[in-house]
Amino acid sequence: MKPILQLKQITKSFGNIEVLKSFDIDIYPGEFITLLGPSGCGKTTTLRIIAGLEQPDSGQVILNDKDITNLAPNKRDIHTVFQNYALFPHMNVEDNIGYSLKLKRYPKAQQKSAIHDVLDLVQLAGYEKRMPNELSGGQKQRVAIARALINQPNVLLLDEPLGALDLKLRRQMQNELKTLQKQLGITFIYITHDQEEALNMSTRIAVMKDGKIEQIGTPDEIYNRPKTSYVAQFIGEANILKGVVTKKEDNTLSILIQNHSMKISSLNYPIKENDTITFTVRSESIQFLQTATSNCLPAKIISKNFLGGMLRITLELHDGTTIIASQYGFDFKYSIHDNVYITWNQEHAIPIDMENHHE
Amino acid sequence: MKSLKKPSHWFLAIVTFILYIPIIVVVVYSFNASKLSSVWDGFSLTWYQTLFHDSEMFEALKNSLIVALSASINAAIISTLAAYGFTKIKLRSKSTMELISMLPIMIPEIILGIVFMTFFSLIGLPFGMTTLIIAHTTFCIPYIYMLVKARFVGMDSSLIDAAKDLGASESRAFFDITLPLLFPAIISGMLLSFAMSFDDVIISIFVTGININTLPMKIYTQIKTGVTPEINALCTLMLLITIVIMILAKRIHHHSNKKIKNI
Amino acid sequence: MNKKYNIWFLLFPFYLFSIVVIAFPLIYMVLLSFQTRADIWGVINEFTWKNYQDILQPTYLQTFVQSFKLALTSTFLISIIGYPFGYFMAKLSKKWKKRMLLLLMIPFWTSSLIRLYGWIIIFRTNGPLDQILMSLHLTKEPLRMLYTYPSVLIGMVYILLPFMILAVYSSAEKMDWSLIEAAKDLGATSFQAFCTITMKLTLPGFLSGIILTFIPSMGLFFVADLLGGNKIVLVGSIIQEQLLKVHNWPFAAALSVILMLLTTIMITLYKRISHSTELEGVL
Repeated sequence: MKPILQLKQITKSFGNIEVLKSFDIDIYPGEFITLLGPSGCGKTTTLRIIAGLEQPDSGQVILNDKDITNLAPNKRDIHTVFQNYALFPHMNVEDNIGYSLKLKRYPKAQQKSAIHDVLDLVQLAGYEKRMPNELSGGQKQRVAIARALINQPNVLLLDEPLGALDLKLRRQMQNELKTLQKQLGITFIYITHDQEEALNMSTRIAVMKDGKIEQIGTPDEIYNRPKTSYVAQFIGEANILKGVVTKKEDNTLSILIQNHSMKISSLNYPIKENDTITFTVRSESIQFLQTATSNCLPAKIISKNFLGGMLRITLELHDGTTIIASQYGFDFKYSIHDNVYITWNQEHAIPIDMENHHE
Repeated sequence: MKSLKKPSHWFLAIVTFILYIPIIVVVVYSFNASKLSSVWDGFSLTWYQTLFHDSEMFEALKNSLIVALSASINAAIISTLAAYGFTKIKLRSKSTMELISMLPIMIPEIILGIVFMTFFSLIGLPFGMTTLIIAHTTFCIPYIYMLVKARFVGMDSSLIDAAKDLGASESRAFFDITLPLLFPAIISGMLLSFAMSFDDVIISIFVTGININTLPMKIYTQIKTGVTPEINALCTLMLLITIVIMILAKRIHHHSNKKIKNI
Repeated sequence: MNKKYNIWFLLFPFYLFSIVVIAFPLIYMVLLSFQTRADIWGVINEFTWKNYQDILQPTYLQTFVQSFKLALTSTFLISIIGYPFGYFMAKLSKKWKKRMLLLLMIPFWTSSLIRLYGWIIIFRTNGPLDQILMSLHLTKEPLRMLYTYPSVLIGMVYILLPFMILAVYSSAEKMDWSLIEAAKDLGATSFQAFCTITMKLTLPGFLSGIILTFIPSMGLFFVADLLGGNKIVLVGSIIQEQLLKVHNWPFAAALSVILMLLTTIMITLYKRISHSTELEGVL
């Protein structure tokens, strides 16, 4: 498949601060791609460059094989849903949504029917005459989406559109947006710093760090096969551990951590025996044992607390390394200060930060 | 009415009342039948009749309206363009220019008067309506500029981004989005300027031409020389106009605030 | 570039007015004050200190002193009425604050001539004031208040009072009243809390009020003219007379320069003390 939108070696600085460093990405038609990262990682700047609201210092923006790098925002077939909705406060819902049609001088009747259709789509039929300040947060969001969709753009940019909504409404809107995207087949480029939102909605996620993409892949790849400790820690709760490889058989590595032998996956990385490697285990993959077996680590329970339906357990290894484990439900039989043994399935423990490993 | 429980409330009430005494006196005496303002001779509308037949008074009123209207419109255009321009570009001269433009409301009016007068005669501009309008425009600019600038500060820049994103050109975005949102500030600034210009005596005296009177100048000479009670009637009417303008300004302010809230 | 060119088009009128109609004429006035007056009309381009020396002549110096005294007295009266007024107003409920502001705005926006005219009617011999006083048997004969120093003083205080009230009000309104409670909680009496907290925090407004009343009270010649006849002469009156009647422009310019220096000094002091660049309550 040919990409619909390509960013090639985009750099952008504000003053002395380099926000984007040779940024590359290919986006394919019909994707729901999320740029995920903490504030200041350059995701909003990327979006503004795609929209044309910001000019890159160097590099190219290519839409459908055409270089649009220097094209003014009003000449691009791309629309944006802004973070704080940016609804025009002096226009009613109808005028807000119909603004781009009015600029294109569509016939009145055609404008009306298009507005009607798109309001139906976002389930706001009958709200034509309302002013923005008479709408709730969720309704404003729908109007902003409708306004950006009415022109049927090739690409829709969404800049943390759900950031201002409360949790319950946000979950609901996430599902609606996902459904809408599937229904319309428009490419969505979505920005968020909320990993749960990204995992829930996207077909692909690009995790950004300091103006570069750290890892790009499906939510499953990002969650289960993080390439770096940054990605592992940014998404979900991951333990990062180090060990020395003692044996390599097919896909399995035996490693020594604090004189205990454990097994992890090799993921076909070129790892040799006696290498020191870093690997990650997600908190929910940590299992508890009462007595020692062949593959386990002794640990001491430091604290337990409930967090969003999960029991979160903090443990300490003998050398003081902290391990976080999480379990569903309340039936956790150990108490604080208990000495336990922990283990994991080898496929849930994977090597990370391998890029600079083999040299 | 007010619950006058505390001494401080009494103080506020009494001082406020004193502020109104001369205004009440003027209004009451405008209905006085007697020509001597010291005696009350019964209710009458004679002075209003006299006023409406005074062509000189109407001439002065016309001049005042022309000057106040032109000055506030000029000032509105100049200030709005400048406040908009300054959001587009960073200039080192900005703060200096802003300070200079503020001078007319910081230095005493009388100095402004002499400054304008000597300047106009230096460049050989004949004194008359033109000089009046230029001078009034200059002291109206700061009022409107301050209000419009404050409005720009409170405006969400992503609205302009949104308009451009939806296909509007730079100028189209200005006329569709920026200007309507600035409108309340521009209008209340213009009302304030209009009132200031309409009330000005000091500067006008210095920059006016021969035989050109504005209403306040006319009132000034009338009060100074022989007093005719039609001045009372005129003052009452002007008071009425002032109050109407004020209520309008309050309405616009209130309305626009309500509209912009929650965004 | 095209875009920059457009922006200059936007800024041009503003720059034009600031430079050509304000900055340049101000500089010209300063230059004028060092020029020599021509015999009958106009000025001669000859440097002189004479205009400034003339100000020191007893007649003019006397006026300066008289005008200064009037300004001081009226500013003092305005302060002792306006400061408590603004302060009490800020302590009112939200609803009453709004009402009071509206009540203040009506006289504030009404032509000052109209309001002065009201006082003329009141002060006139056998006018309402005399009639009331005599019918109450407080005075036996008319006071002949009009065209006296007190009537000018009352007029000046009356015209300028709203400026002080609004300036004090706007800074008292911004004040965090819980600070007073905190001070009292820490053991301060009401009076101590007022002196240590309220006074300090409302100082910018008060100083701004003083600037907004003191300087104009030297320039508002029409107040002295209408209520004082030709008995009370202000600096503003001399400037007006020199400019419009005597046609001694350099001298009028010199007087204006002195008045402007005074303004500049006061505003500089204000900025030093209040650490603020904008005068409180100007609008």
